[in-house]
Amino acid sequence: MSDVKSENRARFGVPADSMVFARGVRKSYGPLEVLKGIDLDVPAGSVACIIGPSGSGKSTFLRCINHLEKISGGLLLVDGQFVGYDLRDDKLYEVKDDLLCRRRAEIGMLFQSFNLFSHMTVMENLIEAPTQVRRIAPDQAKAEAEILLKRVGLLDKIDRYPRELSGGQQQRVAIARAMAMKPKVLLFDEPTSALDPELVGEVLQVMRDLAESGMTMVVVTHEIGFAREIGDQLVFMDGGVIVERGAPREMIADAQSPRTREFLSRVL
Amino acid sequence: MGAAHPTEMSIEQGAAAAVARLTVVPQRRYGIWVGTALALLLAFLIIRAFASNPAFAWGTAAGYLFHPSIIRGLANTLILTVVIMALAIVIGTVIAIMRVSPSPVLRGFSGVYVWFFRGVPALIQLIFWFNLSLLVREVSLTLPFLGTIFSARTNDFMTPFFSAVVALSLCEAGYMAEIIRAGIKSVPSGQAEAASALGMPYRMILKRITLPQAMRFVLPPTGNEAINLLKMTSLVTFIAVDDLFYSAQSIYARTFETIPLLIVVAFWYLAVVSIMSIGQHFLERHFGRSDTSRSPLTMRTLRNALGLAGVAR
Repeated sequence: MSDVKSENRARFGVPADSMVFARGVRKSYGPLEVLKGIDLDVPAGSVACIIGPSGSGKSTFLRCINHLEKISGGLLLVDGQFVGYDLRDDKLYEVKDDLLCRRRAEIGMLFQSFNLFSHMTVMENLIEAPTQVRRIAPDQAKAEAEILLKRVGLLDKIDRYPRELSGGQQQRVAIARAMAMKPKVLLFDEPTSALDPELVGEVLQVMRDLAESGMTMVVVTHEIGFAREIGDQLVFMDGGVIVERGAPREMIADAQSPRTREFLSRVL
Repeated sequence: MGAAHPTEMSIEQGAAAAVARLTVVPQRRYGIWVGTALALLLAFLIIRAFASNPAFAWGTAAGYLFHPSIIRGLANTLILTVVIMALAIVIGTVIAIMRVSPSPVLRGFSGVYVWFFRGVPALIQLIFWFNLSLLVREVSLTLPFLGTIFSARTNDFMTPFFSAVVALSLCEAGYMAEIIRAGIKSVPSGQAEAASALGMPYRMILKRITLPQAMRFVLPPTGNEAINLLKMTSLVTFIAVDDLFYSAQSIYARTFETIPLLIVVAFWYLAVVSIMSIGQHFLERHFGRSDTSRSPLTMRTLRNALGLAGVAR
């Protein structure tokens, strides 16, 4: 495994601490090209925030990272490794389902609509993947789940069903569920967009704690304040390309591109 | 603005009395009265006809109610219903899963299956399977190098009972497939997506995430199908399976007590359908309740009892 990683790193010039490495990533649906060559480096332990108008391709790019969408071209590595492919003689072979699942299990993803399993309690949601996919003993999985629930402040909701929780609580459970797989990186797809304004803060607080504990995160968001405070880099996407990138504070204060300035003036 | 709202409305004595005198008079609905009268009259006429017409021969009917061959026929009808429904659910689930599969060939196959088995009348399918020997004289399995593993004459195993089970379960599976497919489709796609993102493979997602959630939508129409199937099994009379209807027929063919025996048959079908309807009502209430109120314990008990989800302990 580590052989493949170091080989890939050497071949493609991937920095040693890279967690997500994208070069020229393209994605088309038929004649419609939604990603037109995305380059991105997310070093391990850092937080990258992606902003942009709807339809700019930012969510699609995020879904390409864990192979929920297949890319049409370019290079996309997570921890120096292809997610959905194996490289042999310059050809990318799609991997078998079980291998894809094993690699995907190391990439956590959070959704705008939370997507907690609605027929399971909070506890069952948290231990489903660890016990079924990783074959961890239920007792151990439960013990770990309790620690995670305490961390997101929802230990008292352990036997509740998702529909009995507020949106903010559901998203916090979803974060705990993703963390239960001990992922190398967490992908957030507009995690607070479906929330009532007064519930956004509690979710952002959990994300802030995660970032401070050294979790690598890629966050598609409209929360400019969060990006400025927590983000190590800020990326502005529009029309399937990255228009501008930089340190969040400088970029928000003094964007170079007029398109970025216009977008920021509308969301700030 | 600025005027203080009075905390108590003052009202004059006379006006207060006028307010207190107000009463509501419901609208008169003469149409409903006329309809009620007509319905009562009709009910009276029907009951009088049933009671006064000696051809109904209620006494004879009562005498045949627990006749041994009627009871045997009833047992066969129940066995047929249970066996066919069980097979239809299994086959229907497989067809439904093919129907939502990514492979266009599997989707096409299951589409044609549903189209054919729902489109051809059950009675025709039944007689077709019963007469399979006209089409295929012998069924045999021959493997290279090993020779013939087994071989059987179609007429030997295509007994009336077996034909009935094959024909009606294939037919019923067409309906069940559509019900289960609709159930699977009604589960939001985000559920499967979240499961994929957690590293769950397709089969595990189906078994542990999609199908358990589809159950809530699948159960009520399945109850209806079971009730329909119970009545549909009376078709097997045509290929001489001794079900409830056939047993009654063979009695009145001898005694010419046609009407009393039809009453006996109707009574038993009604009795079983009533029991099934009550069961369905409770099942629906259980699963409907999971939506609104908090009853995690009952929900979980029921689910574990059905072996659908829950954590392996």
